[in-house]
Amino acid sequence: MISARGLRKEFGDFTAVDGIDLDVPAGQAFGFLGPIGAGKSSSMRMIAAVSPVSGGELRVLGMDPATHGPQIRARLGVCPQDDTLDVELNVRDNLLVYGRYFGLPRGEVRDRADELLEFVQLTDKAKARVDDLSGGMKRRLTIARSLINRPDLLLLDEPTTGLDPQARHVLWDRLFRLKAQGVTLVLTTHYMDEAEQLCDRLVVMDKGRIVADGSPLDLIRTHSTREVTELRFGVSVDGGHAALADQVADLADRVEVLPDRLLLYSAQGEETLAKVHERGLQPAAVLVRRSTLEDVFLHLPGRSLVD
Amino acid sequence: MSSTDTANPTRTPSPAAAPTAPSTRELVARQVDYWWRVYLRTWHGTLASSFLMPLLYVVAIGVLLGGYIDSDPDQLAGAPSYLAFVVPGMIAGQVMTVGVSETSWPVMSGIKWQKVYVGQIATPLTVPSIVLAQLAFVAFRLLVAVAVFLLVLAPFGVLATWWGALLAVPVLILVGLAFAAVCFGFTAGLDSDTTLTVIYRVAILPMFLFSGAFFPVSQLPAVLEWLAKATPLWHGVSLTRMLTTDTLAGGQALVHLVYLGALAAFGTWWAVRRLTAKLVV
Ligand SMILES: Nc1ncnc2c1ncn2[C@@H]1O[C@H](COP(=O)(O)OP(=O)(O)OP(=O)(O)O)[C@@H](O)[C@H]1O
Ligand SMILES: [Mg+2]
Repeated sequence: MISARGLRKEFGDFTAVDGIDLDVPAGQAFGFLGPIGAGKSSSMRMIAAVSPVSGGELRVLGMDPATHGPQIRARLGVCPQDDTLDVELNVRDNLLVYGRYFGLPRGEVRDRADELLEFVQLTDKAKARVDDLSGGMKRRLTIARSLINRPDLLLLDEPTTGLDPQARHVLWDRLFRLKAQGVTLVLTTHYMDEAEQLCDRLVVMDKGRIVADGSPLDLIRTHSTREVTELRFGVSVDGGHAALADQVADLADRVEVLPDRLLLYSAQGEETLAKVHERGLQPAAVLVRRSTLEDVFLHLPGRSLVD
Repeated sequence: MSSTDTANPTRTPSPAAAPTAPSTRELVARQVDYWWRVYLRTWHGTLASSFLMPLLYVVAIGVLLGGYIDSDPDQLAGAPSYLAFVVPGMIAGQVMTVGVSETSWPVMSGIKWQKVYVGQIATPLTVPSIVLAQLAFVAFRLLVAVAVFLLVLAPFGVLATWWGALLAVPVLILVGLAFAAVCFGFTAGLDSDTTLTVIYRVAILPMFLFSGAFFPVSQLPAVLEWLAKATPLWHGVSLTRMLTTDTLAGGQALVHLVYLGALAAFGTWWAVRRLTAKLVV
């Protein structure tokens, strides 16, 4: 569906995307992760055939965006980072006019709009002004709009940013269903749990480059240990958590210092914890858990993500 | 709902069979539904302003103030009365206002605030088709405004011939479009709307007052007269006046038409260029 070699995007002197390679096969759910300004949206916009490529090669649905922009866009669904709904039109009309841009007959667009409103649970809001919708509803409407042309490839730039947990779960459920229907999904996100749940494959970007690549499980296996021991000490500790890190450095494969706790990475979390206690340290709270994508991030350059 | 019809099952991309791009005309046609809905949402407001405002102006300035002005036709570009003189000026000024108001803040909003254009270029629509569709909408709005204006004024007896009035319709649409296209191009390159407010004060309003709508520009000092005659509004006013007062002069009319046509063409080209620079980055 997408293939890129040495793909670059420059804005004047500034390089936003610095030579990335991508291959997204049909039916995959592919995720871009990375800190703010990593170049995720810039990459997405090139794939969406709205932003000219500055260097390298890009094929989307087998076509070159430079020469076949309208043909590519005809088969894409795009949910941009910022909503671009027409806030003065009502909910249903937003879908109707958008469907017409794809050259679909009016009758078909009407049927499709009603189906999609049902799909994103906005049927009872069909006549509401977009202005009066909540953030989550707007996002759902944007997703409905991106599906109006039955796209082969759906591009979602931070689909759930700014939503409450409830609204995020509704959206995830809809995306799961689309995935089950074989739609190829490409999404960007700041949320590790979202990436872990939705994506078959992830790339982590930082400063315009891909710094890690693989399935969520692969990434955890490659960049983290099996388990993590979290230690939280009282605020009165001299020198804070950083000073304590030296005392336990040899007990784990890696120790990560966060402002409020220490993370000890090892294969056996309970064993590590026992050794900590042997040293006579008395953490105020402990937690032994499996590694998640979040731990991968603490290790990778994209650290600002979790701050 | 059934889950199978929400999206296409995956198709294999086939580079060899890339379909041809839809024509610009086709893409413009696809935006008719959008603009029709915009029209339905706004027509009552614009109708009031395109009907009431000019009527008030014409009554106040043309009829009441004009009653004090007792000039001979030679000084009024051949118009039989001040009312007959001022009416084409008013309507040309009105058409300028409609053209500019449709392509100033609305264009800004499409780029920056509501980002309607950003949503549109994510579809098969192209920037030229977006500009042309919006200008076509402006032309339609101008048609309604001009038709209403002329119908309201017909009873005042200021339209010398019916065919002149009829010919004035496309001419006035051209005047409005010339302004709309240039204003589109201008606005598309702006970063904030403060400049727009300035433009209204330093360009639009003075042009309305000094480009021959209310008095013949020959009244102005030579330099200012020359300046006034360079403005698009003067060309629009003169040409409209020739038609409504039955004083058509072929050569002069052609100059006006070419000027306005060239301006509309340049504006359209400029708008496409500047909107592309804003959106396709
Ligand atoms: N039109 C533009 N002109 C100049 N610089 C730009 C432009 N668009 C993006 N950039 C810069 O390119 C870099 C990458 O931006 P991009 O939006 O791709 O990041 P991102 O990974 O999507 O970040 P975020 O998580 O904030 O959405 C940023 O430093 C940004 O300031
Ligand atoms: Mg982004």
